[in-house]
Amino acid sequence: MKKIEAIIRPTKLEELKQALNDLEVRGMTIYNVMGRGLQKDVKQYYRGQEVSVDLFSKVKVEIVCRDHWLEKIIATILKVCSTGSIGDGKIFVYPVDEIIRISSKERGDSAL
Amino acid sequence: MKTEIKRLFTVMATVVFLMALPRTVGAAENSADPGNTAFILLCSALVMLMTPGLALFYGGMVRKKNVLSILMQCFAVLAIVSIQWVLCGYSLAFGSDHSGLIGSLEFLGLQNITTDSLAGSIPQLAFIGFQLMFAVITGAIICGSFAERMNFTAFIIFILLWTTLVYDPLAHWVWGGGWLGQLGALDFAGGTVVHISSGFSGLVAALILGRRLGQEKEAIVPHNLPMTVTGAALLWFGWFGFNAGSALAAEGLASLAFLVTNTCAATAAFSWVAAEWIHHRKPTVFGAVSGAIAGLVAITPAAGFVSPLSSIIMGLLVGPICYLAISKMKEKLAYDDSLDAFGIHGVGGTFGALATGVFASTAINPAGADGFLASGDLHLLLVQLTAVVATYAFAGITTFLILKFINLFLPLRVSRAEEEMGLDLSLHGEDAYSQVDLNDDGQILAG
Repeated sequence: MKKIEAIIRPTKLEELKQALNDLEVRGMTIYNVMGRGLQKDVKQYYRGQEVSVDLFSKVKVEIVCRDHWLEKIIATILKVCSTGSIGDGKIFVYPVDEIIRISSKERGDSAL
Repeated sequence: MKTEIKRLFTVMATVVFLMALPRTVGAAENSADPGNTAFILLCSALVMLMTPGLALFYGGMVRKKNVLSILMQCFAVLAIVSIQWVLCGYSLAFGSDHSGLIGSLEFLGLQNITTDSLAGSIPQLAFIGFQLMFAVITGAIICGSFAERMNFTAFIIFILLWTTLVYDPLAHWVWGGGWLGQLGALDFAGGTVVHISSGFSGLVAALILGRRLGQEKEAIVPHNLPMTVTGAALLWFGWFGFNAGSALAAEGLASLAFLVTNTCAATAAFSWVAAEWIHHRKPTVFGAVSGAIAGLVAITPAAGFVSPLSSIIMGLLVGPICYLAISKMKEKLAYDDSLDAFGIHGVGGTFGALATGVFASTAINPAGADGFLASGDLHLLLVQLTAVVATYAFAGITTFLILKFINLFLPLRVSRAEEEMGLDLSLHGEDAYSQVDLNDDGQILAG
């Protein structure tokens, strides 16, 4: 089992959820995050005061999946979220030791 | 038939006779002019609206965790000064003069005043209500200087003492028959009494309280500019009552004041934005509304004395002047006048008071005086300068003494922990914006 962490543009969230839904991947956790990679900062002005903004709003999507689904999900994320410009985001993959469903106390694959 | 004609003739003659009587206002029949009375009552309501308007203007500028504290301060001023004015403020400001310095106690609790008492062509009670709103807004302006760090109890005591010991005497000096009015200083609606006094007192308070935590290192930015713009709109609207109402009559002078008020505000909005556009290559809405307010402040002492063209010149100048005061001067002199009460009201009011000494003309208002351009001499300008200096000195020193006095019993500033938590939570136990919940679908609105 693997955990996928995808940091994507907020505007891509709806489309991604829809695409994953079409794959019957429904379980996910979403975070509003701030971050940066290679982007340059942006200047704001308040009564002559210059403020540098170098953290940008992103969305982090976490999905846990079976190993053989990994590449399919990654391909979907790349298809929906890649625009080719700086700021598209990143995908990280981690191994998962255990999954437990709290309501039924099931463990392992059947808890997915 | 003959009796009918006789009766008709008598009636017609009576009507013609009554119509031929001169329309006396006030003096002969001792009754108020209904047009003026209605006008002043409405203007009073407009000026009242400026205080919640100012609260929103300031509210959007502070950080989210402090927005309620600044709204609370403004509403507290409205409550406290409303009571104080009835109890003693009006009497001290507008009661019979004592040595040109202060009024009397004859109107304590507004005794000796009835619904028939007149102040010129309007009921005295209307005049009292109108002036009350000026006292209120003046106290509220100061809050901008020490926003986000003042202890609330100390603040309440400060406002009560300040309105009694600074505002009431100053109002008396300029409008209530005191020495500045006698000297010939012109202040149509409160450049010195309202704006210089509150602006400079605010600066003194900001210096005594010290800078906000972290303010030297990080920029503290507005958390809700739409709120600030809403406040500015209400201020601009209410200012018509502030300036036009100061004519105390619904006639040509009020109409002129209305027009020059709007013109100066518009021009200053334009000139401030032009200045920042050149400086940073970006025109901001925060700059536009700040410029408008600066223009409104500047025209306040001049509204009943200058021409519309003069108000354009004033607007062109005050925008960049206040912009530089707020961006450059504040940075160089390193004081934390959080919401620029001094930068806009102090500096703008000073400019306006002095500009009155340049642009005032008796051709526009015979009850005024001729400034430098109309007369060719510096007399009025020097009188205005005297009023400005006197206001700075009196307001500054008295504010300093009041704060030092309060500080003997209470801390003026909140603790470090309270300031970091935010005043809304630490002082008022309130949270302005509750947590946003997920809606039924479980969707988050991202970005």
